Amino acid sequence: MSPVSRGFHRRRQDSAENAGRVPPGQYVTKDFPVLSAGPTPHTPLDGWNFSIGRPGRQKTWSWAEFRDLPSEDVTVDIHCVTKWTKLDTAWQGVSVDTLLDLAGHDAPFAMAHCDGGYTTNVPVEDLTDGKAWVAYAYDGQPLEPEHGGPARLLVPHLYFWKSAKWVRSLELMDTDDPGFWENYGYHIYGDPWREQRYAGD
Amino acid sequence: MAGTALRGRLTWQVAKVLAVAVETASVRTIMLDVPDWPGHQAGQHVDIRLTDEDGYVAERSYSIASAPGEPVALTVERLDDGEVSPYLTDELRAGDELELRGPIGGYFVWEPENGGPLLLLAGGSGIVPLRSILRHRERTGSAVPVRLLYSSRTLDDVIYRAELDKPAAGVEVFHTLTRHQPPGWSGYAGRVDAALLAEVVWPTSMTPLAYVCGPTNFVEAVSQTLVQAGYPPQRVKTERFGGTGGT
Repeated sequence: MSPVSRGFHRRRQDSAENAGRVPPGQYVTKDFPVLSAGPTPHTPLDGWNFSIGRPGRQKTWSWAEFRDLPSEDVTVDIHCVTKWTKLDTAWQGVSVDTLLDLAGHDAPFAMAHCDGGYTTNVPVEDLTDGKAWVAYAYDGQPLEPEHGGPARLLVPHLYFWKSAKWVRSLELMDTDDPGFWENYGYHIYGDPWREQRYAGD
Repeated sequence: MAGTALRGRLTWQVAKVLAVAVETASVRTIMLDVPDWPGHQAGQHVDIRLTDEDGYVAERSYSIASAPGEPVALTVERLDDGEVSPYLTDELRAGDELELRGPIGGYFVWEPENGGPLLLLAGGSGIVPLRSILRHRERTGSAVPVRLLYSSRTLDDVIYRAELDKPAAGVEVFHTLTRHQPPGWSGYAGRVDAALLAEVVWPTSMTPLAYVCGPTNFVEAVSQTLVQAGYPPQRVKTERFGGTGGT
């Protein structure tokens, strides 16, 4: 049981329609904060491609090929481990189901690899059945570089560090190896509803 | 860079406020006694948790301002529309209890063996983790050369001003004031841009290590300019404020 903080009073009230949409320890923001460990990469589209599969057996699409894949429009809530939650964010992208259907897969885990060297691990079952996308548009506009453009992974049911910016490949793996932040003590899975911020949560 | 070893569970603990120091009109440094503090690295942060009488809980992250080995100190800027920061800057006082857990983050950190020369670039309260790095360098007797460029709105907004006016040997401090410069101001004026950076940055031939911390627009502009100036992206570590600002 946490001690009461003398003199602290709630200032934020979640509106009725937000009830049940804000995970523990989170607060709603209307901003879209930016968090990254290094400079924002600017990869030209003619040098961009996206791959999925096991090393050496990957299916790869150029930007033009990727944009020709069937896309979906999704509106989801996103939750950053730094405590902000943003409701009703609108994205366009390719479902990971679509990518895996084309590439084939038989692996239980995936590692997202990104321009700039960032990595993050996600179980494949958290990327399938309509739970994840490779998104290239936000709010009807091409995804800005600082928010992960040309394309980022979108896995909204996990903390947003799993939604890797500047994603370039999903490596399929047999083991759940930790990615970048996971190696620095962040939770290996990252469920905001169970407040899995850090290792051991 | 290899990650640090996975840690055990980060448990919440109750710290006691030893003192609250005024830094600027809107910024306070909160000195804490954390009984079971495991130690931290320069550049790391903590989560703090406030609970009201109805059981409502608010959590936020704050950078650690003190060096490893010093008592934990947090420097907090009041955001007028915030829920937690006004409490920390205006209400909290010596003797109060504060729940926290940490340290958190292992990338935006510096140890003497990481070398340099160091280029520290701060916007506003982005100075906080960089001040921890400066103090750590001094306390460990490191001779790594440092240049700090610190962007503030006005002179009155400069945090740790007295401390930065007397830098340790081998540390050069440059200020720029973006909104107002007092008469006789000898520092820089205006936002950090390529021309200003060109005057203070270490040449890339020295393989410098850069740490950039501040609001999103500051970090985006500065880190991009460094990369364009030839700094390898992996030598530019960034930390952006998460809670406010960016859109």
